[in-house]
Amino acid sequence: MYARMRRNRSYYYKTQGVINVIKKEMIAMLLAGGQGSRLGVLTSSIAKPAVAFGGKYRIIDFPLSNCINSGVDTVGVLTQYQPLRLNTHIGIGIPWDLDRNVGGVSILPPYEKGNNSEWYTGTANAIYQNLKYMEYYNPEYVLILGGDHIYKMDYESMLDFHKQKKADITLATIPVPLEEASRFGVAITDADKRITEFEEKPPQPRSNLASMGIYIFTWKVLKEALITLSDREGCDFGKHVIPYCHNRGDRIYAYEYNGYWKDVGTLQSYWESNMELIDLIPEFNLYEEFWKIYTKSDVIPPQYISEKSVIERAIIGEGAEIYGKVYNSVIGPGVIIGENSVVRDSIIMKGTVIGENTTVNKAIIAENCFIGINCELGVFDEVPNSWKPDIYTNGMVTIGENSIIPDRVRIGKNTAIFGGTTLDDYPRGVLASGENIIKAGDRV
Amino acid sequence: MRALGIILAGGNSSRMHELSNKRAIAAMPVAGSYRAIDFALSNMSNSHVQKVAVLTQYNSRSLNEHLSSSKWWDFGRKQGGLFVFPPTITNDNGFWYRGTADAIAQNLVFLRNCHEPYVVIASGDCVYKLDYNKVLEYHIEKKADITVVTKEISNSDELARFGIVEISEDGRITDFQEKPLSPTGNLVSTGIYVIRRRQLIELMEQAAAEERFDFVKDILIRYKDVKNIYSYQMDTYWSNIASVESYYRTNMDFLNKDIRNYFYKEYPDVYSKIDDLPPAKYNPGAVVKNSLVSSGCIINGVVENSVLFKKIYVGNNCTIKNCVILNDVHIGDNTYLENCIVESRDTIRPNSRHVGEDGKIKIVVEKNDRFPLG
Repeated sequence: MYARMRRNRSYYYKTQGVINVIKKEMIAMLLAGGQGSRLGVLTSSIAKPAVAFGGKYRIIDFPLSNCINSGVDTVGVLTQYQPLRLNTHIGIGIPWDLDRNVGGVSILPPYEKGNNSEWYTGTANAIYQNLKYMEYYNPEYVLILGGDHIYKMDYESMLDFHKQKKADITLATIPVPLEEASRFGVAITDADKRITEFEEKPPQPRSNLASMGIYIFTWKVLKEALITLSDREGCDFGKHVIPYCHNRGDRIYAYEYNGYWKDVGTLQSYWESNMELIDLIPEFNLYEEFWKIYTKSDVIPPQYISEKSVIERAIIGEGAEIYGKVYNSVIGPGVIIGENSVVRDSIIMKGTVIGENTTVNKAIIAENCFIGINCELGVFDEVPNSWKPDIYTNGMVTIGENSIIPDRVRIGKNTAIFGGTTLDDYPRGVLASGENIIKAGDRV
Repeated sequence: MRALGIILAGGNSSRMHELSNKRAIAAMPVAGSYRAIDFALSNMSNSHVQKVAVLTQYNSRSLNEHLSSSKWWDFGRKQGGLFVFPPTITNDNGFWYRGTADAIAQNLVFLRNCHEPYVVIASGDCVYKLDYNKVLEYHIEKKADITVVTKEISNSDELARFGIVEISEDGRITDFQEKPLSPTGNLVSTGIYVIRRRQLIELMEQAAAEERFDFVKDILIRYKDVKNIYSYQMDTYWSNIASVESYYRTNMDFLNKDIRNYFYKEYPDVYSKIDDLPPAKYNPGAVVKNSLVSSGCIINGVVENSVLFKKIYVGNNCTIKNCVILNDVHIGDNTYLENCIVESRDTIRPNSRHVGEDGKIKIVVEKNDRFPLG
């Protein structure tokens, strides 16, 4: 195939008895338990890594595909917040070739233990609670990943760097413009790329190397640090483990990554990175043969574009039926857009139906929603959101999954809707800008 | 399970012209995202026929690639599985499959080693949905020796391609003519049969001993007065794709909303191999009307009344009308295509023009290098 052939990183050695001992050079631990509350109603009932992205993918597809493309075939996925969708999406790992006899993907939720059962209280705590899982594979190195970025990265060349530098910990970093560096954790390195100092969101950054939240640990170092810090409340890699290792003089190196890397943690950045896919030659190109992104595709048929439809600058998933007009939008699999409807600058996720004569402006509509006929979304003047003004911004309409919008309503900007709404929820058929209707799930 | 499945996928047809140079008909891409054999395989899987043998012979590379894993159709179980049987040289046989009956007869060991009481035989070149259990129930109810699934065909030009069946009021087949020059009826055999496994083994042993190799001529027609051969008439969509005209028409049928919904949306699903292609992309300049577009396509031009298979690149200022474009085709800028079938993995140079004149379908096979060196 097009992807480079990877050497098999697992091997066995015979012991005295009949049972072979497993040995994996590097295993990955993917932290997928976070809610991602800055995605508002999109993550009300699913974890952030399970949120749809780019027409047919989910955010977690990117780190999972990176793993298999990098030759990492053992991945523990740590789940906690609303894991149902993640579980059904990952299954036994077939789409990513992670259904293996030895290794493959394992879903690791918190579990009850003798006397100290607890939720995952922090990123490092979650890994600590799964020491046994990692020990079973007897790794040399452990790769720690998050589930909230869009990127293609070869973890193998990061591992090569780690070995070459004889590092205890390698931190993936990306150069950012110096004026933006104050939003990130920044690593200051010497000429050899060894990290001498860390700064968390520095007002006057002295380096432009931002941490990507991706680590390779030499297994012994990680294990020792996690056990030492095990009683730390909410033990976190950035706050506790890395400073602890740094203070005791471990060799911590910064691996420089120079590709597309996009945080999709806020509604605005999520919307932007979806829209970037529509560019004529997108910076993040899904159409390259090399480094394919895999996902569970349960919709197979082609999409149908009708006689009356107009499509300008869009990407559209399998099985969608377009009878209306689509401009500058990302449309998921199985979406139906009715006749005379207009969808502009929007993200419509899998299985959503938009009725006839409806106009949708700059909206993010999650999976399996039903939008009635003759509606207008994203109209009126912009007013800050009354409930969460820093989440629902930029004039966007955000609608959570399985929501229902009745016929003939008008919905303003900076609004959030979640649940099966009826005409009674819309005084005079209007949801003014900055207002919300939350009828399903917890008001989170 | 009560039945095992056999899919006859070894065939080739001169009626497919250039399209059959590359692959067996069962491997022909159909309806954007599928291949012809997906329909038979999905029907088997959805009818809980868990053990399926695919008999291949003619140019099976493409078919084998498609069947490289059986997980897409949910086979590959401990109880059952998908088996591909090309002809092999054995101690007592050195022939290719000399006909449909010979193909089955050469795999009698497989039939003998199974325990399922019935066998469903289907061909790999038809587009349809059918619950084989219904045919099986009918077969048992009629105490039939063989049940042939039949379908009324309205298009009289096509009749001469098929076996024409005449039936009694009870449904028993009284006459069977293979590809008659002047057909007297319009009820055709779909090439789907249900038969008891032991009965099949017995008939095949007999046919092999007599050196008779064709299932239709040497079993159905020869035994029609001796055995109880019944017709199970299906009334839902069925189309055989084994001629250029019917292949083109079958693809175009999917532009019809009812047919599309019947296959794409109604239970049960049709399964196919997943290719992990990105969603289709519409760039500035794309104008698409009444067309099917599959994943991985990038469109920069005009597409009307056409079926675009997977991973097609349509260049700037192109016009594509009434075309069926098979997988992985690159169409250069300023190209005009009308009434064409473009063979898969082809590269159409910029400024090309291909038009099927007088209602004829033109098959375009250019075999250009996609990225010419120098």
